Order: sequence, then structure tokens, then C-alpha cells
Amino acid sequence: MAAPAAQRNHVALPTHAAQRVEVSPPAGPQKETGLVPTGSQLIYFSSSSENTSRFVAKLGREVARIPLYAKDAPLLATRPYVLVVPTYGGTGGEGSVPKQVIRFLNNPQNRQLLRGVIGAGNTNFGDNYCMAGDIIAAKCQVPHLYRFELMGTPEDVTRVNQGLDTFWTRLSQTQK
Amino acid sequence: MTEKVKLLHHVEAINWNRIQDDKDVDVWNRLVNNFWLPEKVPLSNDVQSWNTLTPAEQQLTMRVFTGLTLLDTIQGTVGAVSLIPDALTPHEEAVYTNIAFMESVHAKSYSSIFSTLASTKEIDEAFRWSTENENLQKKAQIVMDYYQGDDPLKRKVASTLLESFLFYSGFYLPMYWSSRAKLTNTADLIRLIIRDEAVHGYYIGYKFQKGLEKVSEEKRQEIKDYTFELLFELYENEVQYTHDLYDGVGLAEDVKKFLHYNANKALMNLGYEAMFPASVTDVNPAILSALSPNADENHDFFSGSGSSYVIGKAVNTEDEDWDF
Repeated sequence: MAAPAAQRNHVALPTHAAQRVEVSPPAGPQKETGLVPTGSQLIYFSSSSENTSRFVAKLGREVARIPLYAKDAPLLATRPYVLVVPTYGGTGGEGSVPKQVIRFLNNPQNRQLLRGVIGAGNTNFGDNYCMAGDIIAAKCQVPHLYRFELMGTPEDVTRVNQGLDTFWTRLSQTQK
Repeated sequence: MTEKVKLLHHVEAINWNRIQDDKDVDVWNRLVNNFWLPEKVPLSNDVQSWNTLTPAEQQLTMRVFTGLTLLDTIQGTVGAVSLIPDALTPHEEAVYTNIAFMESVHAKSYSSIFSTLASTKEIDEAFRWSTENENLQKKAQIVMDYYQGDDPLKRKVASTLLESFLFYSGFYLPMYWSSRAKLTNTADLIRLIIRDEAVHGYYIGYKFQKGLEKVSEEKRQEIKDYTFELLFELYENEVQYTHDLYDGVGLAEDVKKFLHYNANKALMNLGYEAMFPASVTDVNPAILSALSPNADENHDFFSGSGSSYVIGKAVNTEDEDWDF
């Protein structure tokens, strides 16, 4: 597991000896075939930077996280949900949607229950700001509900919470 | 004074087939995909536009760009390099060499702009100004001091604040010109720099947070206090610098909002909550849209009136649609 390079001597860093190796955690009890069902109405992806994860934590809603590693058991949505997806920015188009999110949306049931997207990103990426949200919204024909930067400001948290409340209320009135 | 250069004591051949932190590979790939050179941007198309600026506006623009050149030079030759000995993984070291090189590309690209638009005399005058402006020199000195200090976490804080905050008093101006359909090719080049700085700030901030996980709660608090103190120190100086540059054209207050907005993003890159309230981060929409065309609220379902929007019914896309 640990790469041999872990023994390297870095200068002046007493704290750095044991800190390496971010290797994926061992696979849980589920095998690759086992899907983990979730009734959460907010499903998100976040890389190890945890920006998006910090944002959704501030919302105080019940959430489910799309797993980071292929060996982890995939999520299966069982109720209509909104997806929060970050864009790591740059050249746009191909590669904008994190591969873990593509894998998740490759499941037809997950696509069918998707009702809206919230994009995370950085305006520094120009045209590609929240591009992953745009791509998914267009492909699945759901609205791109909101965009926020990095881990979101307090105002973003308020607006998203209010927006989601209104959104689900309206949806429950128009559908069914 | 002479100082001992900090270098790694021991290096092993880097093995990119043994990765400890996926983020190193992701960011390396992102940086490589984003690679660009100023020669690819048709700056000469801005000559006509340049001639429509008043002499004072031209001088302001030159000064702003020499200020940015100084920061990029620091980051390329000292900042990014100073992070290498603290790296947690060999791949992180490699990413810093990429960052250092790109900062040198940025620094050089301002000279491309200068040689396209201005005379040698004007260029020399602007560089002389940059060595004489107290607030510019002070901001360089503050950051340089921290790079030479002995705390790896503090170096990363200083570096992230440079990448994600200190550039923006300068970046404002080309976005402003672009919003008025002036110097649009120059603005395209600056946008490439802005994009790079976002990845740099994100990555260094991420590595900072990884480092923070390894230290005591007490140390974490110390670093947090330090971060906010440094930000305030830099902020006060930025305000002065902003007045030096922009008072003549009456834009200083507008620039300050842009500073607040970016200071918040710098803090978030470091994993801290935004500090400036929304009431002082309401960046001029024209500037925001010069930065990112879809950043305004009209692009959001929640923020818009909403009533005109027909809620889509989920369409069953095919699996093949997702093979991208």
C-alpha cells in the first residue's frame, strides 16, 4: 500500500514522517455489485478537498455522498433528489463532470429521479464556471438551480435552503 | 545578507505509478491541460483600443501590470519553490515546479503586453514606478518574509493569500476594460492567468489543510489566528495600494469590493469561512461577468423570478449519453 517514497527524508519536517498515504480506504462490506440505496433528497459529490462536502454540511439537510473510489459500493437514489456537483475548472467540455458522478448517473434510476442540479465552482474558471452543472442539467433536462463558489458563503447557504424548500413544495404541487 | 538555501536532503526517482494523493495527479493534469503561452494570444489586435485610452489610463494600466509582474516573479522564483521542501509527497514537489514555471510564464506575458502596446520609455517608467511605490514594495516584502520563515504551514498561508487575494487589485483593471470592450485580447490573456491562479490557490490551500490535520489543536488555533492577522495586514496595505492606483480614475471603492470578494475566496481555499459580509462583496456585475459570463444571478433558477421557468420532467437519457 504505502509507496516506497514514503520513507523519503524531507527537510525540517519532523511532523511529516507518518503522514502520507491517502490510499483509498479498504472496501466496505458491500461488494462491487451491492448498491447502497438512499432516500436523501440531496445527493452530492465532493473530492478530497471537501469543499462541497463542507457546503452541504452547512445546509443541515439529510444528504448522501457519491463515493470517491470505484471500489466503494455505488449509491442508488430511491426518491427524487437534487444533485450538488463541483467543477474543477479549466478547459471545459470533456472531463468537466467528475467521473464518479458520471458513474452514478449511468444508473437509469438515478437519472430518472434527478430533479435539479446545484453547481459548485470558481468564477476564475470563466466560461467553465460550474460547467459540470450545466452539462448535467442539459443532458437530463433539469434546471441548474444555483451556483456557488468553493465552500459557499453564509448567503449561499440561506438561498439554497430557501430555494430547495420552495422547489420541493412547488414540485409536490405540480406533480403527482 | 546571505541565507542558507533550503533544499531536500534526499530525493528518490519519482514514481507516477505509485500515488499517495490522487489530488496531485488531478492537479498536475489540470495544470498541463491549462498550459498556454502569451504568444498564442493576438495582443496586437489591442493596439487600436490602447490608443483610445487617455494617457492617465494608459499609465494606470502599465503600473497595474508591473505590480502584477512583481507578484508573479516572486511566486515563480521564491514562493512556489519555497514550498518544495515541505511537500508531503514527491508528486506534490513536481506540481510546485509546474506552478513555479507557469508563474514565470505569467510574469513574462506582461512584458508581451508592454512590448505590444507601449514604448520602451513608457515601459521603463512603469518598472521604475513599481520599485518606488511603497505599498507595492511593502506587499512584496511581507510575503517574502513569510516565505523565508521556518513554518511550512505559514508559508502555505502566505502563498495562498498571494495566489488568491493579492493579485486582484491588479486583475480588476483588465476586467474593467474588457467590460467596456477595451483591450479585450489583453483581457483574454489575463483570464488565462486568473484561471491558473485559481488552481494554484486551490491546491496550495488543499495541501495546507492536509498539513493542518497533522498538528495539535493548539497549533491549529495559532495558525488560524496568524492567517487572519496576515490577511488584515495585507488587506490594509491593499487598500492603500488601491487608492494609489485607482483614485485618479475614481474606481477605488469598486476595486475594494472586488478585494473583499476575493479575500473570502482565499480564506475558503484555506478551509476557513468567508469573512467579509455580502454587503461589502457586491462586486460590480459588469466586472463579475467579464470574469465569468454565467456568474450573474440570472443564470440561477433559485435566484431568478422562477415563475417563468417550466420545471423539467426528467428525461430518460440513454446510457451511451454518459459515456463521455
